[in-house]
Amino acid sequence: METLGIVSYGADIPRLRITAHEIASVWGKDGATISKGLGIIEKSVPSIDQDTATISVESARAALRRCHINPQDIGAIYVGSESHPYAVKPTGTIVGEAIGATPDLMVADYEFACKAGTAAIQTCMGFVKANMIKYGLAIGADTSQAAPGDALEYSASAGGAAYIIGKKNVIASLNHTYSFTTDTPDFWRRAERKYPSHGGRFTGAPAYFKHVTTCATTLMKKAGTSPEDYDYAVFHQPNGKFPVSVAYKLGFSKEQITQGLIVPYIGNTYSGASMVGLASVLDVAKPGDKIMVTSYGSGAGSDGFDITVTDHIEQLERSNAPSIKQMVDDKQYISYGVYAKLTDLLYWE
Amino acid sequence: MRDVAVIGVGLTKFGEIWDRSFRQLIVEAGSKAILDAGIEGKDIDAMYVGSMSSGRFIGQEHVGALVADASGFYNLHIPSTRVEGACASGGLAVRQGYLSVASGVNDIVVIGGIEKMNDVAGTSATETLATAADQEWEAFFGATFPGLYAFIATRHMHEYGTTKEQLAQVAVKNHANGALNPYAQYQKEIKLEHAINATMVAYPLGLLDCSPVTDGSAAVVLCSAERAKEFTDTPVKIIGAGQASDSLALHGRRDITTLDATVHAAQMAYKQAKVTSKDIQLAEVHDCFTIAEICAIEDLGFVKKGDGGKAIDNNITTRDGSQPVNTSGGLKAKGHPVGATGVAQIIEIVLQLQGRAEKRQIPDARIGLAHNVGGSGATCTVHIMEGM
Amino acid sequence: MSVPRFWREIPQRYNLIGNKCEICSKVYFPPRESCPVCRRKSIGHIKDLKLSGKGEVFTYSIIHVSSGEFEEQVPYPIAIIKLDEGPMITAQIVDCDPDCVKIGMRVESTFRQIQQDGYTGALYYGYKFKKV
Ligand SMILES: [Zn+2]
Repeated sequence: METLGIVSYGADIPRLRITAHEIASVWGKDGATISKGLGIIEKSVPSIDQDTATISVESARAALRRCHINPQDIGAIYVGSESHPYAVKPTGTIVGEAIGATPDLMVADYEFACKAGTAAIQTCMGFVKANMIKYGLAIGADTSQAAPGDALEYSASAGGAAYIIGKKNVIASLNHTYSFTTDTPDFWRRAERKYPSHGGRFTGAPAYFKHVTTCATTLMKKAGTSPEDYDYAVFHQPNGKFPVSVAYKLGFSKEQITQGLIVPYIGNTYSGASMVGLASVLDVAKPGDKIMVTSYGSGAGSDGFDITVTDHIEQLERSNAPSIKQMVDDKQYISYGVYAKLTDLLYWE
Repeated sequence: MRDVAVIGVGLTKFGEIWDRSFRQLIVEAGSKAILDAGIEGKDIDAMYVGSMSSGRFIGQEHVGALVADASGFYNLHIPSTRVEGACASGGLAVRQGYLSVASGVNDIVVIGGIEKMNDVAGTSATETLATAADQEWEAFFGATFPGLYAFIATRHMHEYGTTKEQLAQVAVKNHANGALNPYAQYQKEIKLEHAINATMVAYPLGLLDCSPVTDGSAAVVLCSAERAKEFTDTPVKIIGAGQASDSLALHGRRDITTLDATVHAAQMAYKQAKVTSKDIQLAEVHDCFTIAEICAIEDLGFVKKGDGGKAIDNNITTRDGSQPVNTSGGLKAKGHPVGATGVAQIIEIVLQLQGRAEKRQIPDARIGLAHNVGGSGATCTVHIMEGM
Repeated sequence: MSVPRFWREIPQRYNLIGNKCEICSKVYFPPRESCPVCRRKSIGHIKDLKLSGKGEVFTYSIIHVSSGEFEEQVPYPIAIIKLDEGPMITAQIVDCDPDCVKIGMRVESTFRQIQQDGYTGALYYGYKFKKV
């Protein structure tokens, strides 16, 4: 029987880290308080030669190393990010060429704040379900920006994940998906601006919480499930507090969300965030496990997925690429000075 | 093929020559060589100019004609040809001039070598020198020119136990020689510990392992040997002129620590000159980096492969050694205006064989060798000379 | 580096596409028009081959003084790597302390930005290597 779902997955998290404490010390704040308040210990930082394109390519290659599909069978690539290296010129073509999927290929770059990656998954699901393509590649990746001294500086980080969507050798079936979307300007970056702006506490109740809660609730209704049916739940994680609080509000337990909660160690990877969380769950998932994923993108919308892990996950060569835990643990700390150099804060001319 | 001799030499001061232009420098060197040879413009059959990158250093190509013009010979319509082979441009120009006389086409030719490197900023000079490397497969990926020689050094240390101190000894020796050369960029001795501990450029090579960025020009006049004595009592015959090439990128070589181009150019020159490496009494070798001198004396056959690092301790390449190397100070101390270097090396050997090397004079020198390398070893010329 | 010059080499820069002489089995990177061993016999018998990107450090340096394009990265390790299929290749080593690079160290290729044409020009991607 053919099932629509995830065929393979891969992720890439840059190795450099800066601690909340280090950032706080530059701005005369108390690192311990901020770290505790945000639920973020440290965040990943892209090296000078890493960007959304390199993270996307490395994630896609990791996904391909775990399964054995011919890249030429990938018929569509969608890359979701709010930090595409070019404003005009697709990231997806770089990925397509680098994994050998060109030229019989549909490609586009997506942007929807932190949920552009899950939107890419939905697009691929549609094409696969309609038999227009054999496999689709959906990527969420970011090297997100934060203005110096802004609260986002503690969380805006770098990383991403790639998902191959198909009907053959599916390791996790995508049973249901649902999106809840409104026009809610809680966070934005104007064209040609370097750093984003946000509505402060407005990003909470009317934005993140309303959308994630409504999306998750509606999804469960459609799927006929309730929180206790899931082994794992992954929520968009802009910081360490929001996903925990929304999970409890919806009736999920700490045990259900811990495996997919990566933000305390790498920060918010934006378009990558919920997808890296799901990758962490798939790193340990067993046949029959049920997973719920709810992303959130400012502006605003949430994409929900009801997922069941299949027997085929045992055949996936998961060890052919590093696990999320391995990438979280492989790190090198940098000072704020080096961070400033790498993130272009020291550019002048 | 007929015999060819050097009948005149001319050299400018090497260094940061802020107040002299490209044109002024080469005209100065050329005029000195012409006066030294006792010839006139109308005697010159052809001119050859060695310049690595006038285009990037001063934004001027077409320097063959420029030199004919600047020297005032434009109205004589003397054929003037620019020759390029990166840092071996000078050696190649000499060989082209040599071949044109040896073939009988020309009787008297003037060969100039020049580089005006300080008109651009340091980074730009680094980038221009890196064009001698493979742009697509070395420089594009972040390899610098010192980096390529550092690759050779790291591997030489690994295979043969060569030490950082042995590299430093080359710099100390060449600075000691340069201290005696009034034309050298650096006319001062350096201490071994300073050379060992100098600021890093490309590990394991420090600043004092590297030749400097230099302005300067050198020129020689070649003449058929049968007519040489019309102009000078002490002509110096070129008895061997070898040239060879190799893969442009260092990573394409048969052996990273051997410059096969040197080996082949030397074999060609030795065979023509009917001498062996043992007959060479002194040599100017291409020490753009200290490791380059160590490889050169191995590849020229002065010492066994791998023993180059010990040559100074074993008193081979020092001024009072069995085969003194780089009595001029070498590229390291005399300076390395890339296109001029190969010509300037010829001049040092000529001066030594004529007994005109003053404080650096090697007694009774009769046969000497000049070794000029382009890039990381993709081009090499070897000239062997003998006093007449 | 100009855009067409970069674009032309994308198969090599992104995917290490070399070639192999079917007569003597020697593998080349970058690909050669003909085999320097077999010469004219190899014409028409030299085929593209995607290299694994695995190999070991043959020799290395740590660049402290770079060209302008790489100034923000110094000091950075760079190496000649002997690929498992035979060819030698020059590339940066990333994701490790410069001091950790040693001759014989096993490495594999990774996809990184290599250069950019200033703040407005194109971005050039390609291979670097990291410790296995
Ligand atoms: Zn062959």
